[in-house]
Amino acid sequence: MVIGMKTIRASIIGFGAVGQGVAEVLLRKNEYLKNIGLDITVVAVADSRSAAIDPDGVDLAKVLSHKRTEGTVGSEKLTGLEIIKNIDHELVIETTPTDINAGGVGLPNMLAAFEHGRDVVTSNKGPLALKYRELAEIAKENGSNFKFEATVGGAMPIINLTRDILAGNEILSIEGIFNGTCNYILTRMMEEHASYEQMLAESQELGIAETDPTYDVEGIDAASKLVILANSIFDIDATYKDVDVTGITKITPESLMLAQDDGYVIKLIGEVKKDLIRVGPRLVPVGHPLAVGGTLNVASVQTDLAGTVTITGRGAGSIETASAIISDVISIYRT
Amino acid sequence: MRISMDVELKDIPGQLILALNPISELKGNLISVVHHHEKRTPRGTIPVQLVFEIDHEKLNTIISRFEDSGVEVIRSGEERFLEHGAIIMIGHIIHTDIQDTMDKIDSTGFAEVVDLSLSMPRIDKPSSALLKIDAVGKKEMNDAMSLLKTVAKEKDLLVIEPIETELM
Repeated sequence: MVIGMKTIRASIIGFGAVGQGVAEVLLRKNEYLKNIGLDITVVAVADSRSAAIDPDGVDLAKVLSHKRTEGTVGSEKLTGLEIIKNIDHELVIETTPTDINAGGVGLPNMLAAFEHGRDVVTSNKGPLALKYRELAEIAKENGSNFKFEATVGGAMPIINLTRDILAGNEILSIEGIFNGTCNYILTRMMEEHASYEQMLAESQELGIAETDPTYDVEGIDAASKLVILANSIFDIDATYKDVDVTGITKITPESLMLAQDDGYVIKLIGEVKKDLIRVGPRLVPVGHPLAVGGTLNVASVQTDLAGTVTITGRGAGSIETASAIISDVISIYRT
Repeated sequence: MRISMDVELKDIPGQLILALNPISELKGNLISVVHHHEKRTPRGTIPVQLVFEIDHEKLNTIISRFEDSGVEVIRSGEERFLEHGAIIMIGHIIHTDIQDTMDKIDSTGFAEVVDLSLSMPRIDKPSSALLKIDAVGKKEMNDAMSLLKTVAKEKDLLVIEPIETELM
Protein backbone atom coordinates (compact mmCIF):
# COMPACT_ATOMS: atom_id res chain seq x y z
CA MET A 1 0.00 0.00 0.00
CA VAL A 2 1.45 3.31 -1.14
CA ILE A 3 1.01 6.17 1.31
CA GLY A 4 -1.72 8.48 0.12
CA MET A 5 -3.29 5.76 -2.01
CA LYS A 6 -6.98 6.44 -2.53
CA THR A 7 -9.28 3.46 -3.00
CA ILE A 8 -12.32 4.08 -5.19
CA ARG A 9 -15.00 1.43 -5.27
CA ALA A 10 -16.68 1.45 -8.67
CA SER A 11 -19.43 -0.33 -10.57
CA ILE A 12 -19.58 -0.79 -14.33
CA ILE A 13 -23.23 -0.75 -15.37
CA GLY A 14 -23.63 -1.87 -18.97
CA PHE A 15 -21.12 -4.29 -20.45
CA GLY A 16 -21.27 -3.82 -24.22
CA ALA A 17 -18.35 -2.56 -26.28
CA VAL A 18 -17.77 0.48 -24.06
CA GLY A 19 -18.14 -1.29 -20.70
CA GLN A 20 -15.74 -3.99 -21.85
CA GLY A 21 -13.34 -1.32 -23.09
CA VAL A 22 -13.39 0.27 -19.62
CA ALA A 23 -12.63 -3.11 -17.99
CA GLU A 24 -9.75 -3.70 -20.38
CA VAL A 25 -8.31 -0.23 -19.82
CA LEU A 26 -8.57 -0.63 -16.02
CA LEU A 27 -6.59 -3.87 -16.30
CA ARG A 28 -4.04 -2.40 -18.68
CA LYS A 29 -3.60 0.82 -16.67
CA ASN A 30 -3.67 -0.71 -13.18
CA GLU A 31 -0.06 0.16 -12.47
CA TYR A 32 -0.34 3.63 -14.00
CA LEU A 33 -3.35 4.35 -11.76
CA LYS A 34 -1.53 3.07 -8.64
CA ASN A 35 1.44 5.30 -9.51
CA ILE A 36 -0.79 8.36 -9.42
CA GLY A 37 -2.28 7.18 -6.12
CA LEU A 38 -5.55 5.68 -7.36
CA ASP A 39 -6.78 2.17 -6.64
CA ILE A 40 -9.96 1.66 -8.68
CA THR A 41 -11.64 -1.44 -7.28
CA VAL A 42 -14.59 -2.61 -9.36
CA VAL A 43 -17.05 -4.12 -6.86
CA ALA A 44 -19.82 -4.87 -9.37
CA VAL A 45 -20.31 -5.35 -13.10
CA ALA A 46 -23.76 -5.67 -14.69
CA ASP A 47 -25.07 -6.26 -18.19
CA SER A 48 -28.73 -6.46 -19.15
CA ARG A 49 -29.05 -10.06 -17.97
CA SER A 50 -26.54 -10.77 -15.23
CA ALA A 51 -24.09 -9.39 -12.70
CA ALA A 52 -20.75 -10.14 -11.07
CA ILE A 53 -20.27 -8.85 -7.55
CA ASP A 54 -17.35 -8.91 -5.10
CA PRO A 55 -16.85 -6.30 -2.38
CA ASP A 56 -13.10 -7.01 -2.49
CA GLY A 57 -12.92 -6.42 -6.22
CA VAL A 58 -14.30 -8.36 -9.16
CA ASP A 59 -11.72 -10.18 -11.31
CA LEU A 60 -12.14 -8.13 -14.50
CA ALA A 61 -10.16 -10.54 -16.68
CA LYS A 62 -12.52 -13.34 -15.63
CA VAL A 63 -15.61 -11.20 -16.25
CA LEU A 64 -14.34 -10.27 -19.73
CA SER A 65 -13.74 -13.88 -20.69
CA HIS A 66 -17.11 -14.95 -19.19
CA LYS A 67 -18.82 -12.29 -21.31
CA ARG A 68 -17.01 -13.48 -24.44
CA THR A 69 -17.69 -17.18 -23.93
CA GLU A 70 -21.07 -17.21 -22.17
CA GLY A 71 -22.51 -13.86 -23.24
CA THR A 72 -23.08 -12.84 -19.62
CA VAL A 73 -20.84 -11.23 -17.00
CA GLY A 74 -21.54 -13.68 -14.16
CA SER A 75 -24.13 -15.68 -12.30
CA GLU A 76 -25.71 -13.05 -10.03
CA LYS A 77 -29.19 -11.90 -10.95
CA LEU A 78 -29.03 -8.31 -9.67
CA THR A 79 -29.89 -5.51 -12.12
CA GLY A 80 -27.74 -2.45 -12.61
CA LEU A 81 -30.28 -0.35 -10.73
CA GLU A 82 -30.27 -2.75 -7.76
CA ILE A 83 -26.48 -2.63 -7.65
CA ILE A 84 -26.50 1.17 -7.69
CA LYS A 85 -29.06 1.27 -4.88
CA ASN A 86 -27.80 -1.52 -2.63
CA ILE A 87 -24.07 -2.02 -2.99
CA ASP A 88 -21.78 0.37 -1.20
CA HIS A 89 -19.47 2.19 -3.66
CA GLU A 90 -18.37 5.67 -4.70
CA LEU A 91 -18.39 5.65 -8.50
CA VAL A 92 -20.92 4.43 -11.08
CA ILE A 93 -19.49 4.00 -14.58
CA GLU A 94 -22.69 4.06 -16.63
CA THR A 95 -22.19 2.52 -20.08
CA THR A 96 -25.64 1.16 -20.96
CA PRO A 97 -26.87 1.66 -24.54
CA THR A 98 -28.28 5.04 -25.57
CA ASP A 99 -32.03 5.41 -25.91
CA ILE A 100 -32.77 8.84 -27.32
CA ASN A 101 -36.55 8.65 -27.00
CA ALA A 102 -37.04 7.62 -23.39
CA GLY A 103 -33.54 7.70 -21.92
CA GLY A 104 -33.44 3.92 -21.43
CA VAL A 105 -32.21 2.37 -18.20
CA GLY A 106 -29.47 4.99 -18.10
CA LEU A 107 -31.76 7.68 -16.75
CA PRO A 108 -33.02 5.83 -13.63
CA ASN A 109 -29.50 4.48 -13.12
CA MET A 110 -27.98 7.96 -13.03
CA LEU A 111 -30.76 9.40 -10.87
CA ALA A 112 -30.39 6.55 -8.35
CA ALA A 113 -26.62 6.98 -8.29
CA PHE A 114 -26.96 10.66 -7.38
CA GLU A 115 -29.66 9.97 -4.79
CA HIS A 116 -27.20 7.63 -3.09
CA GLY A 117 -24.46 10.26 -3.26
CA ARG A 118 -22.40 8.37 -5.82
CA ASP A 119 -20.35 9.97 -8.61
CA VAL A 120 -21.26 9.17 -12.21
CA VAL A 121 -18.99 8.91 -15.26
CA THR A 122 -20.90 8.00 -18.40
CA SER A 123 -20.75 7.46 -22.16
CA ASN A 124 -24.54 7.29 -22.44
CA LYS A 125 -25.89 10.25 -24.43
CA GLY A 126 -29.62 9.54 -24.16
CA PRO A 127 -30.32 10.66 -20.58
CA LEU A 128 -28.21 13.81 -21.02
CA ALA A 129 -29.81 14.75 -24.33
CA LEU A 130 -33.25 14.45 -22.72
CA LYS A 131 -32.77 15.60 -19.13
CA TYR A 132 -29.44 17.35 -18.73
CA ARG A 133 -30.77 20.05 -16.39
CA GLU A 134 -32.46 17.64 -14.03
CA LEU A 135 -29.41 15.36 -13.85
CA ALA A 136 -26.97 18.21 -13.28
CA GLU A 137 -29.15 19.69 -10.52
CA ILE A 138 -29.64 16.41 -8.67
CA ALA A 139 -25.91 15.67 -8.91
CA LYS A 140 -25.18 19.09 -7.41
CA GLU A 141 -27.74 18.72 -4.59
CA ASN A 142 -26.18 15.42 -3.59
CA GLY A 143 -22.61 16.62 -3.88
CA SER A 144 -21.92 14.08 -6.61
CA ASN A 145 -19.46 14.49 -9.48
CA PHE A 146 -21.01 14.06 -12.92
CA LYS A 147 -18.65 13.66 -15.89
CA PHE A 148 -19.57 12.73 -19.44
CA GLU A 149 -16.68 13.47 -21.82
CA ALA A 150 -17.28 10.12 -23.56
CA THR A 151 -20.80 11.16 -24.66
CA VAL A 152 -19.45 13.62 -27.27
CA GLY A 153 -16.83 12.75 -29.85
CA GLY A 154 -15.45 9.58 -28.22
CA ALA A 155 -11.75 10.05 -27.56
CA MET A 156 -11.84 13.67 -28.75
CA PRO A 157 -11.69 15.75 -25.54
CA ILE A 158 -14.13 18.52 -26.45
CA ILE A 159 -15.99 19.03 -23.16
CA ASN A 160 -13.02 19.07 -20.84
CA LEU A 161 -11.08 21.17 -23.36
CA THR A 162 -13.67 23.92 -23.35
CA ARG A 163 -14.64 23.72 -19.66
CA ASP A 164 -11.19 23.29 -18.10
CA ILE A 165 -8.31 23.92 -20.48
CA LEU A 166 -9.88 26.98 -22.13
CA ALA A 167 -11.17 28.33 -18.78
CA GLY A 168 -11.36 32.13 -18.85
CA ASN A 169 -12.40 32.18 -22.48
CA GLU A 170 -15.91 32.95 -23.58
CA ILE A 171 -16.95 30.13 -25.94
CA LEU A 172 -18.63 31.81 -28.92
CA SER A 173 -19.48 28.75 -30.97
CA ILE A 174 -18.55 25.15 -31.60
CA GLU A 175 -18.88 23.50 -34.98
CA GLY A 176 -17.63 20.21 -36.25
CA ILE A 177 -18.21 16.65 -37.34
CA PHE A 178 -19.75 14.64 -34.51
CA ASN A 179 -20.66 11.41 -36.29
CA GLY A 180 -17.98 9.13 -37.73
CA THR A 181 -20.44 6.94 -39.66
CA CYS A 182 -21.76 9.88 -41.71
CA ASN A 183 -18.25 11.16 -42.27
CA TYR A 184 -17.18 7.75 -43.54
CA ILE A 185 -20.14 7.45 -45.94
CA LEU A 186 -19.68 10.97 -47.37
CA THR A 187 -15.91 10.53 -47.70
CA ARG A 188 -16.34 7.23 -49.55
CA MET A 189 -19.13 8.59 -51.82
CA MET A 190 -16.74 11.31 -52.92
CA GLU A 191 -13.78 8.95 -53.40
CA GLU A 192 -15.75 6.35 -55.37
CA HIS A 193 -18.32 8.62 -57.08
CA ALA A 194 -20.80 6.16 -55.59
CA SER A 195 -24.36 6.49 -54.34
CA TYR A 196 -25.39 6.88 -50.73
CA GLU A 197 -27.00 3.42 -50.75
CA GLN A 198 -23.81 1.74 -52.00
CA MET A 199 -21.57 3.35 -49.41
CA LEU A 200 -24.07 2.75 -46.62
CA ALA A 201 -23.95 -0.95 -47.54
CA GLU A 202 -20.15 -0.85 -47.48
CA SER A 203 -20.03 0.75 -44.06
CA GLN A 204 -22.55 -1.76 -42.71
CA GLU A 205 -20.33 -4.57 -43.99
CA LEU A 206 -17.35 -3.02 -42.20
CA GLY A 207 -19.32 -2.60 -38.98
CA ILE A 208 -19.06 1.20 -39.19
CA ALA A 209 -22.83 1.60 -39.65
CA GLU A 210 -25.53 -0.26 -37.70
CA THR A 211 -28.04 -2.59 -39.37
CA ASP A 212 -30.60 0.12 -38.68
CA PRO A 213 -28.54 3.22 -39.55
CA THR A 214 -31.33 5.77 -38.88
CA TYR A 215 -29.81 7.08 -35.69
CA ASP A 216 -26.55 8.01 -37.42
CA VAL A 217 -27.55 8.95 -40.97
CA GLU A 218 -30.56 11.08 -40.01
CA GLY A 219 -28.32 13.22 -37.81
CA ILE A 220 -29.98 12.15 -34.54
CA ASP A 221 -26.73 11.03 -32.92
CA ALA A 222 -24.95 14.27 -33.85
CA ALA A 223 -27.95 16.28 -32.61
CA SER A 224 -27.85 14.56 -29.19
CA LYS A 225 -24.18 15.44 -28.84
CA LEU A 226 -24.89 19.07 -29.71
CA VAL A 227 -27.60 19.16 -27.05
CA ILE A 228 -25.06 18.00 -24.47
CA LEU A 229 -22.62 20.71 -25.61
CA ALA A 230 -25.41 23.33 -25.58
CA ASN A 231 -26.32 22.45 -21.99
CA SER A 232 -22.90 21.84 -20.51
CA ILE A 233 -20.92 24.59 -22.25
CA PHE A 234 -23.43 27.24 -23.35
CA ASP A 235 -25.84 26.77 -20.45
CA ILE A 236 -28.78 26.50 -22.87
CA ASP A 237 -31.71 24.53 -21.48
CA ALA A 238 -32.23 22.56 -24.70
CA THR A 239 -33.31 19.03 -25.46
CA TYR A 240 -32.96 16.95 -28.58
CA LYS A 241 -36.28 18.30 -29.87
CA ASP A 242 -34.86 21.84 -30.11
CA VAL A 243 -32.29 20.91 -32.75
CA ASP A 244 -32.81 21.71 -36.43
CA VAL A 245 -31.71 18.40 -38.00
CA THR A 246 -31.06 17.30 -41.59
CA GLY A 247 -29.30 14.01 -42.30
CA ILE A 248 -27.24 12.76 -45.23
CA THR A 249 -29.65 10.33 -46.93
CA LYS A 250 -30.52 12.74 -49.75
CA ILE A 251 -26.93 13.61 -50.70
CA THR A 252 -26.18 12.62 -54.30
CA PRO A 253 -22.78 11.67 -55.73
CA GLU A 254 -23.32 14.43 -58.32
CA SER A 255 -23.58 17.07 -55.60
CA LEU A 256 -20.27 15.88 -54.13
CA MET A 257 -18.64 16.18 -57.58
CA LEU A 258 -20.03 19.69 -58.11
CA ALA A 259 -18.73 20.67 -54.69
CA GLN A 260 -15.33 19.17 -55.41
CA ASP A 261 -15.06 21.05 -58.73
CA ASP A 262 -15.55 24.26 -56.80
CA GLY A 263 -13.04 23.44 -54.04
CA TYR A 264 -15.43 22.08 -51.41
CA VAL A 265 -16.25 18.85 -49.65
CA ILE A 266 -19.69 18.10 -48.16
CA LYS A 267 -19.72 17.18 -44.46
CA LEU A 268 -22.45 16.64 -41.90
CA ILE A 269 -21.70 19.62 -39.68
CA GLY A 270 -23.09 20.24 -36.22
CA GLU A 271 -23.12 23.79 -34.96
CA VAL A 272 -23.98 25.24 -31.58
CA LYS A 273 -23.95 28.82 -30.31
CA LYS A 274 -26.12 30.94 -28.04
CA ASP A 275 -29.19 31.14 -30.25
CA LEU A 276 -28.80 28.18 -32.58
CA ILE A 277 -28.34 24.41 -32.53
CA ARG A 278 -28.38 22.68 -35.88
CA VAL A 279 -27.07 19.67 -37.77
CA GLY A 280 -27.00 19.47 -41.55
CA PRO A 281 -24.83 18.86 -44.60
CA ARG A 282 -22.61 21.87 -45.34
CA LEU A 283 -19.94 22.90 -47.82
CA VAL A 284 -16.48 22.92 -46.24
CA PRO A 285 -13.52 24.32 -48.22
CA VAL A 286 -10.92 21.67 -49.09
CA GLY A 287 -7.96 22.18 -46.74
CA HIS A 288 -10.12 23.73 -43.99
CA PRO A 289 -9.42 22.17 -40.56
CA LEU A 290 -12.97 20.75 -40.49
CA ALA A 291 -12.45 18.88 -43.78
CA VAL A 292 -11.24 15.64 -42.16
CA GLY A 293 -12.03 12.30 -43.83
CA GLY A 294 -12.78 8.71 -42.91
CA THR A 295 -14.52 8.08 -39.59
CA LEU A 296 -12.75 10.98 -37.83
CA ASN A 297 -14.57 13.48 -35.67
CA VAL A 298 -13.46 17.11 -35.47
CA ALA A 299 -14.53 20.19 -33.52
CA SER A 300 -13.61 23.84 -33.89
CA VAL A 301 -14.14 26.01 -30.83
CA GLN A 302 -14.39 29.77 -31.38
CA THR A 303 -13.33 31.73 -28.32
CA ASP A 304 -12.86 35.40 -27.47
CA LEU A 305 -9.28 35.11 -26.22
CA ALA A 306 -7.70 32.06 -27.82
CA GLY A 307 -9.31 32.53 -31.24
CA THR A 308 -10.16 29.26 -32.94
CA VAL A 309 -8.98 25.97 -31.44
CA THR A 310 -9.57 22.80 -33.46
CA ILE A 311 -9.25 19.21 -32.28
CA THR A 312 -9.75 16.01 -34.18
CA GLY A 313 -9.84 12.39 -33.08
CA ARG A 314 -11.58 9.05 -33.14
CA GLY A 315 -15.23 9.52 -32.34
CA ALA A 316 -16.08 5.92 -31.54
CA GLY A 317 -14.56 2.58 -30.63
CA SER A 318 -14.43 0.63 -27.42
CA ILE A 319 -10.94 1.55 -26.17
CA GLU A 320 -11.16 5.11 -27.53
CA THR A 321 -14.38 5.76 -25.62
CA ALA A 322 -12.90 4.09 -22.53
CA SER A 323 -10.05 6.60 -22.82
CA ALA A 324 -12.50 9.45 -22.28
CA ILE A 325 -14.09 7.59 -19.35
CA ILE A 326 -10.82 6.84 -17.60
CA SER A 327 -9.71 10.45 -18.04
CA ASP A 328 -12.94 11.63 -16.37
CA VAL A 329 -12.44 9.15 -13.52
CA ILE A 330 -8.88 10.34 -12.92
CA SER A 331 -9.89 13.99 -13.05
CA ILE A 332 -12.45 13.40 -10.26
CA TYR A 333 -10.19 11.57 -7.81
CA ARG A 334 -6.65 12.71 -8.53
CA THR A 335 -5.51 15.09 -5.83
CA MET B 1 -18.15 54.25 -56.13
CA ARG B 2 -15.89 51.25 -56.11
CA ILE B 3 -13.96 50.56 -59.31
CA SER B 4 -12.12 47.45 -60.33
CA MET B 5 -9.68 48.00 -63.16
CA ASP B 6 -7.23 45.84 -65.12
CA VAL B 7 -4.22 47.75 -66.41
CA GLU B 8 -0.97 46.76 -68.08
CA LEU B 9 2.43 48.23 -67.25
CA LYS B 10 5.64 48.34 -69.26
CA ASP B 11 8.23 45.99 -67.82
CA ILE B 12 10.64 48.72 -66.73
CA PRO B 13 11.26 50.11 -63.23
CA GLY B 14 9.00 52.82 -61.79
CA GLN B 15 5.82 51.88 -63.68
CA LEU B 16 3.63 50.87 -60.74
CA ILE B 17 3.96 54.31 -59.17
CA LEU B 18 2.55 55.82 -62.40
CA ALA B 19 -0.58 53.78 -61.89
CA LEU B 20 -0.96 54.54 -58.18
CA ASN B 21 -0.12 58.26 -58.11
CA PRO B 22 -3.19 59.56 -59.99
CA ILE B 23 -5.52 57.64 -57.65
CA SER B 24 -4.05 59.18 -54.51
CA GLU B 25 -3.68 62.65 -56.06
CA LEU B 26 -7.40 62.66 -56.92
CA LYS B 27 -8.23 61.58 -53.33
CA GLY B 28 -9.21 58.06 -54.29
CA ASN B 29 -9.08 55.27 -51.74
CA LEU B 30 -6.94 52.38 -52.91
CA ILE B 31 -8.41 49.04 -51.74
CA SER B 32 -6.15 46.50 -53.37
CA VAL B 33 -3.34 46.13 -55.88
CA VAL B 34 -2.47 42.77 -57.38
CA HIS B 35 0.74 42.94 -59.34
CA HIS B 36 1.16 39.86 -61.55
CA HIS B 37 4.88 40.16 -62.09
CA GLU B 38 5.20 36.52 -63.09
CA LYS B 39 2.39 36.72 -65.68
CA ARG B 40 3.82 38.67 -68.56
CA THR B 41 1.37 39.27 -71.44
CA PRO B 42 2.28 38.35 -75.06
CA ARG B 43 2.88 42.08 -75.52
CA GLY B 44 5.62 41.96 -72.90
CA THR B 45 3.59 44.00 -70.40
CA ILE B 46 2.78 43.19 -66.77
CA PRO B 47 -0.91 42.88 -65.80
CA VAL B 48 -2.06 44.65 -62.63
CA GLN B 49 -5.51 44.55 -61.01
CA LEU B 50 -6.56 47.63 -59.07
CA VAL B 51 -9.57 48.11 -56.83
CA PHE B 52 -10.24 51.64 -55.53
CA GLU B 53 -13.01 53.98 -54.45
CA ILE B 54 -13.34 57.32 -56.25
CA ASP B 55 -15.96 59.97 -56.95
CA HIS B 56 -17.81 59.16 -60.12
CA GLU B 57 -16.83 62.36 -61.96
CA LYS B 58 -13.11 61.81 -61.40
CA LEU B 59 -12.94 58.40 -63.07
CA ASN B 60 -12.39 59.73 -66.58
CA THR B 61 -9.58 62.01 -65.36
CA ILE B 62 -7.84 58.99 -63.85
CA ILE B 63 -8.17 57.00 -67.05
CA SER B 64 -6.75 59.83 -69.19
CA ARG B 65 -3.87 60.39 -66.73
CA PHE B 66 -3.08 56.67 -67.03
CA GLU B 67 -3.09 56.79 -70.81
CA ASP B 68 -0.89 59.90 -70.86
CA SER B 69 1.76 58.11 -68.78
CA GLY B 70 1.67 54.88 -70.82
CA VAL B 71 -0.40 52.80 -68.40
CA GLU B 72 -2.79 50.88 -70.57
CA VAL B 73 -6.33 50.44 -69.27
CA ILE B 74 -7.67 47.05 -70.41
CA ARG B 75 -10.91 47.00 -68.44
CA SER B 76 -12.65 49.31 -66.01
CA GLY B 77 -15.93 48.66 -64.26
CA GLU B 78 -17.94 49.36 -61.19
CA GLU B 79 -17.41 46.70 -58.53
CA ARG B 80 -20.84 46.21 -57.09
CA PHE B 81 -20.67 42.70 -55.70
CA LEU B 82 -18.01 42.20 -53.08
CA GLU B 83 -19.16 38.87 -51.69
CA HIS B 84 -19.04 35.65 -53.65
CA GLY B 85 -20.73 32.51 -52.41
CA ALA B 86 -21.63 29.02 -53.53
CA ILE B 87 -24.54 26.84 -52.56
CA ILE B 88 -25.68 23.36 -53.55
CA MET B 89 -29.26 22.25 -54.10
CA ILE B 90 -30.50 18.69 -54.43
CA GLY B 91 -33.96 17.59 -55.55
CA HIS B 92 -36.31 18.12 -58.46
CA ILE B 93 -34.67 21.39 -59.34
CA ILE B 94 -35.90 21.80 -62.92
CA HIS B 95 -39.44 20.61 -62.31
CA THR B 96 -39.84 23.00 -59.43
CA ASP B 97 -39.11 25.90 -61.78
CA ILE B 98 -35.45 26.80 -61.52
CA GLN B 99 -36.13 30.09 -63.31
CA ASP B 100 -38.41 31.12 -60.48
CA THR B 101 -35.84 30.01 -57.87
CA MET B 102 -33.16 32.17 -59.48
CA ASP B 103 -35.52 35.11 -60.07
CA LYS B 104 -36.22 35.21 -56.33
CA ILE B 105 -32.53 35.98 -55.73
CA ASP B 106 -32.02 38.24 -58.75
CA SER B 107 -35.07 40.35 -57.88
CA THR B 108 -33.65 41.31 -54.48
CA GLY B 109 -31.42 43.90 -56.13
CA PHE B 110 -28.59 43.08 -53.71
CA ALA B 111 -27.68 39.61 -54.92
CA GLU B 112 -27.55 37.71 -58.18
CA VAL B 113 -27.11 34.13 -59.32
CA VAL B 114 -24.04 34.39 -61.55
CA ASP B 115 -23.37 30.74 -62.35
CA LEU B 116 -25.25 27.47 -62.38
CA SER B 117 -23.83 23.96 -62.79
CA LEU B 118 -26.43 21.27 -63.06
CA SER B 119 -26.16 17.51 -62.98
CA MET B 120 -29.15 15.35 -63.89
CA PRO B 121 -28.31 11.64 -63.72
CA ARG B 122 -31.71 10.26 -64.77
CA ILE B 123 -35.17 11.61 -65.27
CA ASP B 124 -36.55 9.92 -62.14
CA LYS B 125 -33.53 10.74 -59.95
CA PRO B 126 -33.01 13.96 -58.06
CA SER B 127 -30.80 16.55 -59.74
CA SER B 128 -27.93 18.38 -58.12
CA ALA B 129 -26.98 21.97 -58.78
CA LEU B 130 -24.24 24.32 -57.69
CA LEU B 131 -25.26 27.96 -57.75
CA LYS B 132 -22.79 30.79 -57.43
CA ILE B 133 -24.17 33.91 -55.90
CA ASP B 134 -22.69 37.40 -55.81
CA ALA B 135 -23.92 39.90 -53.26
CA VAL B 136 -23.28 43.52 -52.34
CA GLY B 137 -21.94 42.64 -48.87
CA LYS B 138 -21.76 39.97 -46.18
CA LYS B 139 -25.15 40.76 -44.68
CA GLU B 140 -26.78 40.70 -48.10
CA MET B 141 -25.12 37.36 -48.86
CA ASN B 142 -26.61 35.91 -45.67
CA ASP B 143 -30.01 37.35 -46.59
CA ALA B 144 -29.77 35.82 -50.07
CA MET B 145 -28.86 32.43 -48.58
CA SER B 146 -31.81 32.59 -46.15
CA LEU B 147 -34.15 33.54 -48.97
CA LEU B 148 -32.89 30.63 -51.06
CA LYS B 149 -33.42 28.26 -48.13
CA THR B 150 -37.00 29.46 -47.70
CA VAL B 151 -37.74 28.97 -51.40
CA ALA B 152 -36.03 25.57 -51.38
CA LYS B 153 -38.08 24.43 -48.40
CA GLU B 154 -41.31 25.29 -50.21
CA LYS B 155 -40.10 23.27 -53.19
CA ASP B 156 -38.80 20.38 -51.07
CA LEU B 157 -35.20 20.90 -52.19
CA LEU B 158 -32.22 20.20 -49.94
CA VAL B 159 -29.89 23.19 -49.61
CA ILE B 160 -26.23 22.79 -48.64
CA GLU B 161 -24.65 26.06 -47.55
CA PRO B 162 -21.00 26.78 -46.81
CA ILE B 163 -19.92 26.74 -43.18
CA GLU B 164 -19.83 30.16 -41.57
CA THR B 165 -16.33 30.19 -40.22
CA GLU B 166 -13.72 30.22 -42.90
CA LEU B 167 -10.20 29.51 -41.66
CA MET B 168 -9.14 32.20 -39.21
